[in-house]
Amino acid sequence: MRINKKAQAGTMQSSDLIVFVEPADDLTIEIESTVQQQFGHLIETRIKQVLKRLSVEQCRIMISDRGALDYAIDARVEAALRRAN
Amino acid sequence: MSKNSLGREIPDIWRGRVLRPYRDPFSVQPEGPRVARPIRRVNPGDNKLLGSLREAIEASGLRDGMTIGAHHHLRNGDQVLNSVVKEIAAMGIRDIGIASSSIHPVHEVLIPFIRDGVITRIESGVNGRISRMVSTGQLDVPIVTRTHGGRGRAMMCGDIKVDVAFVGAPTCDEYGNICASKGPSACGVVGYSHSDADYADCVIAVTDNLVPYPAFPISIPQTKVDYVVQVDSLGDPSKIVSTTTRVTTDPIGLQIAKYAATVIDLSGLLKTGFSFQTGAGGASLATAANVRDLMRKRGIVGSFGAGGITGYFVDMLEEGLLEALFDVQSFDLKAVASVGRNPAHIEMSADMYANPFNAGCVVNRLDCVVLGAREIDTNFNVNVNTESDGTLNGNTGGHADTAAGAKLAIVVAPSIRARLPIVRDEVTTISTPGETIDAIVTERGVALNSKYQALAPDLRRRGIPVKSIVELRDEIYGITGAPRPIEFTDNIVGLVEYRDGTITDVIRQVKG
Repeated sequence: MRINKKAQAGTMQSSDLIVFVEPADDLTIEIESTVQQQFGHLIETRIKQVLKRLSVEQCRIMISDRGALDYAIDARVEAALRRAN
Repeated sequence: MSKNSLGREIPDIWRGRVLRPYRDPFSVQPEGPRVARPIRRVNPGDNKLLGSLREAIEASGLRDGMTIGAHHHLRNGDQVLNSVVKEIAAMGIRDIGIASSSIHPVHEVLIPFIRDGVITRIESGVNGRISRMVSTGQLDVPIVTRTHGGRGRAMMCGDIKVDVAFVGAPTCDEYGNICASKGPSACGVVGYSHSDADYADCVIAVTDNLVPYPAFPISIPQTKVDYVVQVDSLGDPSKIVSTTTRVTTDPIGLQIAKYAATVIDLSGLLKTGFSFQTGAGGASLATAANVRDLMRKRGIVGSFGAGGITGYFVDMLEEGLLEALFDVQSFDLKAVASVGRNPAHIEMSADMYANPFNAGCVVNRLDCVVLGAREIDTNFNVNVNTESDGTLNGNTGGHADTAAGAKLAIVVAPSIRARLPIVRDEVTTISTPGETIDAIVTERGVALNSKYQALAPDLRRRGIPVKSIVELRDEIYGITGAPRPIEFTDNIVGLVEYRDGTITDVIRQVKG
């Protein structure tokens, strides 16, 4: 999937996350989270899984997480990517 | 360094103080007499009303190195402590300890005075910016958190020596009778201040509602108050008490409350004479609502409700479902209004509430207490002092006191808060030992500690999932993932003192 434009998905509410996506020449992931220390590694793994599943290889993805569970991360990241397509 | 019975490393000495590691809830035996304060004589015609805070501080003899007493009934609306410290600093006095019952976010204006060495010790749990800065190494002031009963005990035993106590008096007369239930800053009762009034060398009542003698009903009598000072305002009344405390509408909270009420129902304690305490959190109050309905339906009249009193308990009193209320701190306007109106709504000192070293405290008479938790470990130990990022943010309050005293201590909590598993391998800080906790109730089910294991079949028959605490943890980790532990430095910034003065845990500076 190609990222052609800027897009976002999600909210800043507790247990949710907001995802920003924009076109880029390479792949960068930036994570800011209220549970960074405890779960930063799992959040990153999850985002990478979604990128791989949708075959996204070039984009800049920024997330601001408020303690979302994995299924919410999946849904928000996918929504942002599809909107940017 | 040695391990206490909860497995926590406790240094032998911290900042000059010899520490006793926690061993168990009930075996520490006190020795000797309680501390005394100087006798004084006030003759007819002597004047106790002074013109300003400064005059009162001068009259008290406060000097470098001493400790002041304060209290948190005015909660996040309090300006008394801030005004007192500003005046102390302006007078050039330094190296002062604050022995409050709690420090709130409103007290963050004290930060410059901590930096400048005016305030050098905090003998109290702390909420807000001060505690975050101390936890992250940006501010250096030793913090000792105590339970409400433990604070009373520490003053009685001389562990805390308060030289000058400042009591915010919502109503007061010129001779020092303090009435907490009237006036623009009415907070109902001043239960935590009674120990200050009993043990401080000098007691100063600070009031914004000076009335002709005598002020009544009397919370703290003239015989214990040395000076009276009038100020414009004790603080912001809108932040002193909540307008209302509400039962939760959150479906998870309601589910938890239903489970918790069923545990109480099946415990055999819910009968005539039932005594009960809950926190003011939504799920705790929802549990109280369920229990009230059961009492109504079966015509049960309970003996007393205790603790921080909410309008919810006032309703139960006025409806005839409880015979009396013991109130150490009024949480909302309805509770404040009830103190003056209901003779059975009784002001209670923290000593009477929960001090383990007197001739018997109220928590010993509790059938059931419903408590909250930030974290719970698989040994039922509870954390209410630190956040999951490791920073201190809170006071133990009556948590450990009531858990020790009550026949049935229930902790209610959602299983997950913003991805953080509430039941986990290890809690960040042990505030309340697991051996005093009887049941953990989450929306995913109930975990029973050893004393109440026999309730499991009955609970299951009522359709309530009963799980071992390890099963509960595994189920929650399955959803959140296992959290990586927070990293700490070796620097100990605070102590978590149990009600008997032993140490359940230390608070370390967070790394990074």
